[in-house]
Amino acid sequence: MSNSYILKRVAYGLILMLCVVVLNFLLIRLAPGDPAVVIAGEMGGATEEMLEQIREEYGLNKPILTQLAIYIGNVATGDLGESFFFNKPVAELISQRIGPTILLVIVAQILSIFLGVFLGVLAARKPNGVMSAFVSVFATIGYAVPVFWTGIMLIILFASVLPIFPVEGMQSVRLRDAPWYVQTIDVAHHLVLPAFTLAVIYLAQYARLSRASMLEVLGSDYIRTARAKGASERTVLFHHALRNAALPILTVAGLQFGNLISGALLVETVFNWPGMGRLAFDSILRRDYPTIMGVLFFASAMVVVANLLTDLSYRLADPRLRGRT
Amino acid sequence: MKQLTRLMGAVAIAASAMSAAPVAAEGTLVIASTQTPRHLNGAVQSGTATAVPSTQIFASLLRYDSGWDPQPYLAKSWETSADGLTVTFNLVDNATFHDGKPVTSEDVAFSIMTIKQNHPFQSMFAPVEAVETPDAHTAVFKLSKPHPALMLALSPALAPILPKHVYGDGQDPKSHPANSAPVGSGPFILSEFTPGEAVVMKKNPNFFLEGRPKLDEIIVRIVKDPSALLIAMENGDADMYPFMAGSQEIKRLEKVDGLSITAEGYAGVGPINWLAFNTQSDKLKDVRVRQAIAYAVDRNFITKALHRGVSQPQRGPIIESSPFFDAGIEPYDVDLDKAKALMAEAGFADGMSLTIDYIPGPKEQQQSVAEYMKSQLKKIGIEIEVRAAPDFPTWAGRVGGHDFELSMDVVFNWGDPVIGVHRTYLCDNIRKGVIWSNTQQYCNPKVDELLNAAAVELDQDKRAALYGEFQQIVGQDVPIYFINALPYHTAYKSGLQNVPTGIWGTMHPMDNVSWSQ
Repeated sequence: MSNSYILKRVAYGLILMLCVVVLNFLLIRLAPGDPAVVIAGEMGGATEEMLEQIREEYGLNKPILTQLAIYIGNVATGDLGESFFFNKPVAELISQRIGPTILLVIVAQILSIFLGVFLGVLAARKPNGVMSAFVSVFATIGYAVPVFWTGIMLIILFASVLPIFPVEGMQSVRLRDAPWYVQTIDVAHHLVLPAFTLAVIYLAQYARLSRASMLEVLGSDYIRTARAKGASERTVLFHHALRNAALPILTVAGLQFGNLISGALLVETVFNWPGMGRLAFDSILRRDYPTIMGVLFFASAMVVVANLLTDLSYRLADPRLRGRT
Repeated sequence: MKQLTRLMGAVAIAASAMSAAPVAAEGTLVIASTQTPRHLNGAVQSGTATAVPSTQIFASLLRYDSGWDPQPYLAKSWETSADGLTVTFNLVDNATFHDGKPVTSEDVAFSIMTIKQNHPFQSMFAPVEAVETPDAHTAVFKLSKPHPALMLALSPALAPILPKHVYGDGQDPKSHPANSAPVGSGPFILSEFTPGEAVVMKKNPNFFLEGRPKLDEIIVRIVKDPSALLIAMENGDADMYPFMAGSQEIKRLEKVDGLSITAEGYAGVGPINWLAFNTQSDKLKDVRVRQAIAYAVDRNFITKALHRGVSQPQRGPIIESSPFFDAGIEPYDVDLDKAKALMAEAGFADGMSLTIDYIPGPKEQQQSVAEYMKSQLKKIGIEIEVRAAPDFPTWAGRVGGHDFELSMDVVFNWGDPVIGVHRTYLCDNIRKGVIWSNTQQYCNPKVDELLNAAAVELDQDKRAALYGEFQQIVGQDVPIYFINALPYHTAYKSGLQNVPTGIWGTMHPMDNVSWSQ
């Protein structure tokens, strides 16, 4: 893998992020509603002087392209600005939310890959069996059902019928002063429903993908050779076949990362999970431009980095691709 | 598969151990709220979201119980001069801020002037020309005219006393960093503030009132989704849910064992749900059209059927639980014949079409009422188009910009009429682009005269008479059709004692609240 290849990919990533910033900036300003009025409304009304003062303070009275240029300049120097609503640096707000979002996304990703691939492999073993049919049906439903609907159904189920999992938040406030291990279990306990909800849709995709991929590999000559050598079914499936079928799964896993983050936005809102998605959602309603922009910028940076890493790991996983640029 | 079953079992056991875990502090009160505070400094920010924590962190000169009479707090006594132009407050001498520095009259003078310049409710301290400080524990308010509203303006929710040594450093008080990390002299000390998530406050061991506060800790948890908040109340994750206004929520929590519900504690806020008219629009300029609409709409149907009896009808601009409410106001009991006759007199015998906007928020108070208007006003020939707004900024832009015909709105009285009522009716408060100003663009010089006279009248009875006449006129002019008081309720865990039910409810220091043993 040459350095120039990596540099090229990084340059593409940076250009993409610049486009994201410009597009977001313009799109948000197309929405009706003046942030100064919102801030004034939150304060309980205001005089014209106060409104003018707010616009002046936040630079809202400058031409939009000037605002854009200032914003890009600030972002380039690592300054995401101050939230109109909270009067706090956006970077600070994001740093408070990034942990919960990453936790949710990573746990959901792991859950969906492992369960999805496991189901896919089981299904591929007997392509016409009951398990295979089940995986196909489950995958179709899992993929078709909106993530917020799954969340709400789980809330109904676990709030009233089977109240064993908490249905909102990330921590019990009453356990704030408890020892770390109690707090860890508490967070894990709160994580079950949101992570599962977010995992369902991707789990289904991984199941289908690994089923198809496995079927293809299982039909190949070296598998027949392995079986002929007397390898056990488990060795054949997980050692010989899965390793070769894993490549498309890996690609999809990387590309899925962006989807997972957007899915997290909905899941966080449904489960009151204190992450970036909910911050973005609330900020849109408040016309808190710097916070929305900051979250979107950060999320797009995460996606670009994830895609870059996928690309690189893809090359590591498949020796045939290493020499190419 | 066996491993998986074992793992599941372990998780289940851990989970059940969790729910049985003891609470952190014996005296913790968890308040759940759907409202997000921008910051915690009530001196430069109105609204219930900020006021609930702000009144725990900051003390004020006066406080109020349920009787509308001022009680000593940082001020142990006070005296108004005969001409009403000087009000002297004697401060307690043992109050300190959370950083250990004493609370002095300098801090009082600084706070009042800061509020005067930065709080959106400009009318609270507009007549205060100066606060003199003859000694460390005497503050003398010098007024340009008598100002009876001063007393309610000095409530904990409206006039927190700020430490001058923290906020007086020259930074803009509206965006001062200490707004998110405030230092006050109230019963609780801020321990943690995560914007949009939680406010954690611990007991102030050096609070100036002996034996208080009784609780060890108050946590305000923000849960934006009301249904998640109901679940938190039902399973005991939260202890108190103030400002609950949905009839379904109220009815649901009423049935839960171990929870109590009260409608007390909201007289000061005085939240009125109303139908506003753009009195300058061609179709609504004629008072007879507005009266016709008032005769056609049935506020009793709205409170009994749409709100399932949890809200109270409201007939006038001053909340009915206020001593200034005048029961003689024209109620506009439903009379469709009269309504049709008025429409015909105004030249609209063939009817008209109108648009109605509403604040996006609790559907039951706003959208459902707007939908009801559509069917009801059809009976007098008015075709209504309900215009939804996706969010608050959009609605505020329309109504603030006078780009509306009818709008559902909810506006708070905030204690004294000077603070929350005058703004809607004074001619000189018609300000385009400013929400919750006189967006109806209603102007009647007689009303101005009465309100201005009431603002400086120190005699309570005479003042009430002036407000009585004002209400009569507004009743005739109908710039607004008043519908109901927002049915705010507080749900709380039984066993909680001295639940704040004064005129300011939970926007009041909870130093006397405790758990029964």
